[in-house]
Amino acid sequence: MVTRASIGPLLNVLASGLLLISFAMLSRRRTQRLIILFAWQGAILFLSTCLVAYSSGLTELYYSAALTLILKVILLPWILHRLISKLGAQWDSETLVNIPTTMLVGLVLVIFAFGLTQPISTLATTITRHTLGMALAVILLAFLMMITRRKALTQVIGFLAMENGLFFAATSATYGMPMVIELGIALDLLVGVFILGIFFFQIREQFDSLDLHHLEALKED
Amino acid sequence: MEILLVLGLPLLGAVTLALFGARRFAPELNVGFSLATLAAAALLVLRVIHYGPMLIGREQFFVDSFNVFLVALTAFVGFTTAIFSRPYMRIEELHGSLNSLRLRLYHSMYQLFMAAMFLALLTNNMGLLWVAMEAATLSTVLLVSLYRTKASLEAAWKYFILCGVGIAQALFGTILLYFAAEQTLGREGMTALLWTHLNAVKGHLEPRVLGLAFVFFLVGYGTKVGLAPLHNWLPDAHAEGPTPVSAVLSGLLLNVALYAVIRCKVLVEGSIGVLLPSRMLMTFGLLSAILGAFFLWRQRDIKRLFGYSSIEHMGIITFAFGLGGPVANFAALLHMTVHSLTKSSIFFTAGHASQAAGTQNMDGIRGLVGVSPTIGWGLMLGSLAILGMPPFGVFSSEFLILITAMRGHPWATPFLLIALGVAFAGIFGKVQPMVFGESDAQPLPHSPALVPVFVHLAMVLVLGLYMPPALAEWYRAAARLIG
Repeated sequence: MVTRASIGPLLNVLASGLLLISFAMLSRRRTQRLIILFAWQGAILFLSTCLVAYSSGLTELYYSAALTLILKVILLPWILHRLISKLGAQWDSETLVNIPTTMLVGLVLVIFAFGLTQPISTLATTITRHTLGMALAVILLAFLMMITRRKALTQVIGFLAMENGLFFAATSATYGMPMVIELGIALDLLVGVFILGIFFFQIREQFDSLDLHHLEALKED
Repeated sequence: MEILLVLGLPLLGAVTLALFGARRFAPELNVGFSLATLAAAALLVLRVIHYGPMLIGREQFFVDSFNVFLVALTAFVGFTTAIFSRPYMRIEELHGSLNSLRLRLYHSMYQLFMAAMFLALLTNNMGLLWVAMEAATLSTVLLVSLYRTKASLEAAWKYFILCGVGIAQALFGTILLYFAAEQTLGREGMTALLWTHLNAVKGHLEPRVLGLAFVFFLVGYGTKVGLAPLHNWLPDAHAEGPTPVSAVLSGLLLNVALYAVIRCKVLVEGSIGVLLPSRMLMTFGLLSAILGAFFLWRQRDIKRLFGYSSIEHMGIITFAFGLGGPVANFAALLHMTVHSLTKSSIFFTAGHASQAAGTQNMDGIRGLVGVSPTIGWGLMLGSLAILGMPPFGVFSSEFLILITAMRGHPWATPFLLIALGVAFAGIFGKVQPMVFGESDAQPLPHSPALVPVFVHLAMVLVLGLYMPPALAEWYRAAARLIG
């Protein structure tokens, strides 16, 4: 049985797992692997939210954990999976240049995130305070992934991973936002992915590819 | 009650138009819903004038002089754009760039977009504000890519990703704000994200957290304002989307995003003092004004040209809010109004001008006065107004901003003057040959609805010549709220 005292270290372990997956995402080539990693990130979020809910005794957090499970572990990966099989992009991979450099930049970002949140996390009264830096690091790493990748689908997964980091920040710093807001955010996210799904088909119809190199015609001349 | 109408009517419009948007009468239905929303907004304004600020719906909605004026402006421009869009979209359909199914999407999303903006303006909850801003982005993404051309898809993709990432930063800001507020206000009663409650305790919020939160807010919502260097999506989205969408994006969405930034600024200033927020707003503002003005020169596409002009003007407004104080805030609010009215009227004429010429490339648009004097003169007068020629209202607000800057921050004056001068030469030099000279453009198959253009310009003129005392008092009250 998990005691309340051991929850802090456990959460830190989960947070590290989240960070590790973010690094793994930076180095994965195949889109399908990325979706699996994204689902794993969702699963860790679900576990950590449950832990925080247990330790704080806030029932509201169980709802938001359930929301995470449904949306981020099941629904979104499933939609993305369907999308790539419909687009015939299961085996798509992209050539990544300079994985070591990307990793090094990632490391710098993590240090930066911790430095930035250091003065703030000492203010927190929640047991989860040290994880704020991890959350910001996950956000920044997802951002890095969006910058370095050239495929439309990969960028979207980066975008969703960024949202995971935000959600983790919300639970770790504040025990979660009010339920109304969380529902609103989840709805926006879901609608966003639907719109992207429509979008992918439109892009492919026009360009015969989901490579973003084609989307660089609108430049200043 | 009025708030419910303002929010509910566009939502009802979105559902109705999703069902009937493909019929012949859909544009009229769109106009009808926009008119009803305008009437509801007018009722709301009357109520606020009579009874003062109010809180409704378990404090979730909030109206004061600051947001009610934007609600009125949004409803008005939303209505006139719907009038303009009626013949415009019919011509597009005739030209074969759209079919009735896409028109259904367009009409429905137009109303949904209006609803999202009203929600962003009226909500008292900083979290809901974020949700509404994101909803406003989502509802316009498919509008930008409405023509399904390669360029429009690229523009919409850029718009989605850049604004999505930007707004994610704003969410982090919101989380930090909640984190700080929770320690003062507690979790009970869910008041920790309500702006009115936060405003009451802003002096007690932890300054370190709020300072960091403001950076994220400014970067996040600033992306949607089109502040440089986060402006990349703006010219593309304005140029490639249908013209009514460009008009509401430029005239309304940018204002709403700036409104969000200012609401955050008021809270943050109460906690960490005015120095950091005002410096940041001034820097971003000046940078956008100058960058926007210089990029104007390189444009060939008429809608891109005015997209960059929007960046320049939003920069000037942001700068004015950064200056702070009653005069600068007054000028900024006035500039928000006149820019919104003028820029939408310019997009109306620019849209019809490119339909008549068959291209958005400015080299191909010549002698508009010969084809249609109303389009030609509308574009000329609109451009003169946006360039700050007296006696238009843009002149008054820019003049006020300039003298306030001279008094408080003399170093900024040359930059502002350079931006204004460069923009003047850039736009005037390009508009003049489009309006006058020889032409081979075709007359339009449907007569364009250009009454809105001249109504907007007349309002801008009136605001420049004589501002009714009641309106001036209203602006002053709003300026005081911002501090």
